[in-house]
Amino acid sequence: MTAADLLGAALLSALVLYALLGGADFGGGIWDLLASGPRKAEQRALVERAIGPIWEANHVWLILVVVVLFTAFPPAFAAICIELFLPLVLLLVGIVLRGASFTFRAYVGSGDRAQARWGLVFSASSVLAPIVLGVVVGALASGRLGAAAHGAATLAWLAPFPLAVGLFAAALFAYLAAAYLAVEAEGALREDFRRRAIGAGAAVFACAALAGALSWREAPLVFAGLTRRSWSLALHVATAAAALTAFAALFRGRVRAGRAAAALQVALIVVGWGASQYPYLVVPDVTLASASAPRAVQVALLWALAAGGAVLFPMLAVLFRVFKGERAFSVVDRSR
Amino acid sequence: MSDLLAARWLFGISLAFHIVFAAVGVAMPLFMVLAEWRWRRTGSAAHLELAKRWAKGTAILFAVGAVSGTVISFELGLLWPRFMAFAGSVIGMPFSLEGFAFFAEAIFLGIYLYGWERASPRLHLASGAVVAVSGAASAFFVTLANAWMNAPAGFRVEGGAPADVRPFAAMFPPGWSHEVVHVLLSCYAATGFAVAGIHASFLLRDRANAFHRAALRIALGVGGAAALLQPVSGDFSARQVAAVQPIKLAALEGQFETERGAPLRIGGLPDPERMETRWALEIPYGLSLLAFHDPGAEVKGLRAFPREAWPNTRHVHLAFQVMVGLGSLLAAVAAAGAALRLLRREPPRWYLRAVALAGPAGFLALEAGWLVTEWGRQPFTVHGILRTADSVTPVGGLALPFAGFTALYVLLGAVTAVVLRRQIARAAPGGGP
Repeated sequence: MTAADLLGAALLSALVLYALLGGADFGGGIWDLLASGPRKAEQRALVERAIGPIWEANHVWLILVVVVLFTAFPPAFAAICIELFLPLVLLLVGIVLRGASFTFRAYVGSGDRAQARWGLVFSASSVLAPIVLGVVVGALASGRLGAAAHGAATLAWLAPFPLAVGLFAAALFAYLAAAYLAVEAEGALREDFRRRAIGAGAAVFACAALAGALSWREAPLVFAGLTRRSWSLALHVATAAAALTAFAALFRGRVRAGRAAAALQVALIVVGWGASQYPYLVVPDVTLASASAPRAVQVALLWALAAGGAVLFPMLAVLFRVFKGERAFSVVDRSR
Repeated sequence: MSDLLAARWLFGISLAFHIVFAAVGVAMPLFMVLAEWRWRRTGSAAHLELAKRWAKGTAILFAVGAVSGTVISFELGLLWPRFMAFAGSVIGMPFSLEGFAFFAEAIFLGIYLYGWERASPRLHLASGAVVAVSGAASAFFVTLANAWMNAPAGFRVEGGAPADVRPFAAMFPPGWSHEVVHVLLSCYAATGFAVAGIHASFLLRDRANAFHRAALRIALGVGGAAALLQPVSGDFSARQVAAVQPIKLAALEGQFETERGAPLRIGGLPDPERMETRWALEIPYGLSLLAFHDPGAEVKGLRAFPREAWPNTRHVHLAFQVMVGLGSLLAAVAAAGAALRLLRREPPRWYLRAVALAGPAGFLALEAGWLVTEWGRQPFTVHGILRTADSVTPVGGLALPFAGFTALYVLLGAVTAVVLRRQIARAAPGGGP
């Protein structure tokens, strides 16, 4: 384990947390867009209540990813920013519009036409951002940002595989959000989100199959990583087990168990992507080692992350304790 | 428009926009927590109302600041990838620590805004205090990175890349202390006067309103103190800039010749072709005295440096005059306010009118000061080491994202103003409009 490997692991962990927390907030926006049925307004109100106090904190994981990337692996950050210029700009537009419109909607005053307009901007940008984020991930893994592209922005990301990963990301975030919201809702509203979680879970499965099939031709390294490494089988088994547990729990109305299994499933998917592309930051020619900052910097950064983490996690625990109740992370469904 | 110019404009617009929200994010939490603290100690209803209203304003401004700050962190790479490839490892430490400070801000602001009923009184007040402290810490760390760009330290250049990097030496480059102090004070002064200006204009219509009186006391108390300290910090800055970045001092003072007993120029227009600053009011020995505390000290002029290392002296000098002029105005208003308070006099109409008029001056001075330090570092991103022209991205067609983001910022700025206006219009308990 080199310092670069440890920092790669830190980056991946931050991305897992961003997916589980920030991703679910985008998923909430997707359900705002898809709100329907007799409880349309209640669904939207629940989304707003659920993400209001926490979305800004959850968003910081992405900032941390960016900062660790440019501190520990500066040439990789530069290469990614040049070659994925356009999707990253679109991601920024999505992030800015989502955050700003969510806040404007909350404070512009109720019952207003302006409020409905900002709600639409909020939900539309909550769809845009995960898709573009997935496209960025897909493009990094595809190996198409290769030598030919160096030193120039390309349209290599505009291909079936990255786009499939974009849809996959949106489906995953919607799935997570529905699984979380099912726990936070009561009664009929819980039923709404429980059914939505099952539906989104099916969409996740379809998107995974599509992206997996496309990766065979379009992202050979990831495909090989997903199929032929020593740990591939164990990872797939674990992911499948989490997915099946989540489905079974959601079907039986055990929403807390369903939430935990869904979160585990998503975490394993992100870890699986990272592990299959190891040691590459940008496939096929930027690796953790080749892009490493001087060792003194990496070691100092590891210490800073350790110290920061020691303060951060207790703070996050307080946040979730205040807003998500005494049993914020519990997996046990008490009989009611 | 060349891509380099488009990149500079886009980054400049992004920062000019973000810096307002960032400064508010530093100071506003302090105001709201002071109001809440006062309510908890005295039970004054006006202060509770004030804390809640200010918290709403902070929520709106912080959200826009958080997303516009995200744009900047990506734009560092999108617009200046060669700068980041070179400098990312060296200035990463303050940015990483800033990330954790931002976490603390976001977490406890969430608790503060949504936790009036859910959190215990102590946790609630403490959350506000953590937001105020971590907001200042964020500004502290980010300014350290800027100080490094002005006076790079903590590494050697070897084959065009940094070597022998000492992250903690790079984190505290020469001149860091003046920049940090000056920036933090500017956040409190600018926000304090902007907030005080709004409440003063309400008080002009309704002199006895307890809510606005409480607001004015807190905002002017903090903002006025910062505005009074700022000239002292400015003097400290001038001396450090004279020692660390003599070319910047020469540019911002319009000093072309190296001379002993250099005069201080107020106003005037530097003419780089004729190498003189015309139409300035010159105070003999003033510059030597201010920069070195010695009337006979030698001040280096721009001619002592190669022409291709000069910043645009006109821009730098004018922005500097604007900053100093507005800062002096704020200090004068703050001094008058302090005198009135010492005499235990009610703020008279003329004073309220002065505060209302001075409202925008703090943010204008802050923007001008930011321009001074950025323009004054040109044509370099890393002073003396990496030129701006060599930092820019090879991606072409940057005029398009420039136009797009400018439109986005105009929209966000306008909507933020409208939403805040509605909040303020509602926030006039006890006889507002």
